[in-house]
Amino acid sequence: MVMRVCRALLASADADDAWSETFLSALRAYPRLRPDSDERAWLVTIAHRKALDQLRAAGRRAVPAGELPDLATEDPPRPDDELRAALAALSPAQREAVVLHHLGGLAHDEIAATLGISPAAARRRAADGIAALRTRLTGGTTP
Amino acid sequence: MSELFDTISAPDGATLAGLRADLVRRAEAEGLLDVAYRTVDSPLGALLVATTPVGLVRLAFEGEDHATVLAAIADDVSPRVLQADARLDDLARQLDEYFAGRRRGFDVPVDLRLARGFRRAVLEHLRDIPYGRIESYASVARAAGSPNAVRAAGSACAMNPVPLVVPCHRVVRSDGSIGHYRGGAEAKRRLLALEAA
Repeated sequence: MVMRVCRALLASADADDAWSETFLSALRAYPRLRPDSDERAWLVTIAHRKALDQLRAAGRRAVPAGELPDLATEDPPRPDDELRAALAALSPAQREAVVLHHLGGLAHDEIAATLGISPAAARRRAADGIAALRTRLTGGTTP
Repeated sequence: MSELFDTISAPDGATLAGLRADLVRRAEAEGLLDVAYRTVDSPLGALLVATTPVGLVRLAFEGEDHATVLAAIADDVSPRVLQADARLDDLARQLDEYFAGRRRGFDVPVDLRLARGFRRAVLEHLRDIPYGRIESYASVARAAGSPNAVRAAGSACAMNPVPLVVPCHRVVRSDGSIGHYRGGAEAKRRLLALEAA
């Protein structure tokens, strides 16, 4: 699950780094985790944050602001390159909701608690994000 | 909706193994690895072995659900648990040799923190029972300092966190019947037969 979140947002090498950073952070933070915390939701949230860190770092390395880094130069093409580009084109708020809900498996109210928004807003962001993704990837056809 | 994400592939096995090994190295360097574990194939099925920096803390048979055992380790020892095969290569080799009949004892440190008090005293004594020998629960209770605590000695053996390495399978009932074993009565029979050969 953590790798899916990382790979949805990042090229292979960066996804690997984000995966490692996620688990190292988790190991560092464990003693402070409250016993009643949901570890899965917590881990997915860290993975998402680490992936964004990597995205920012990749952005700083090479490309003009607002553009997708040209990942093909470092990594062989992957079947999900198109998906990654479409995700990157979402607004950060929609992308966050989509990744946490559809890839991380967090419920809307868990996302709401993580992001400090209402469950309805979390649901709307995820739904809008999926609609935008679908438009971009399939030319707008409905299932 | 999730069919949108079907194109996301998992890294191949070698890449993942490399990532895991690297994570173990970095966690160790930062002092973040409290429990390392791996599985070892054996004639009794897959064995889960877990070690702390002190020594082997848990050995679980296939019949004990390994995920449940790892969750209990996270609760009882530390949540900083990682699969780290190389850390347990030496024990894996010794287990192979033992099951092949080429080894009579295990030369690895053990961490008995999961057993306290009398249970621990029982386990300390079990380590002195030589290969191929058997003892009764009554004799174990006596050796552990409480001759009347035969039942408690029995449950200490049954709850041994590191069976095989601490040889609780060498303890049987005074009437000669086999008694409880974490790996099942059949496993205990097979171990005693192996050691009698």
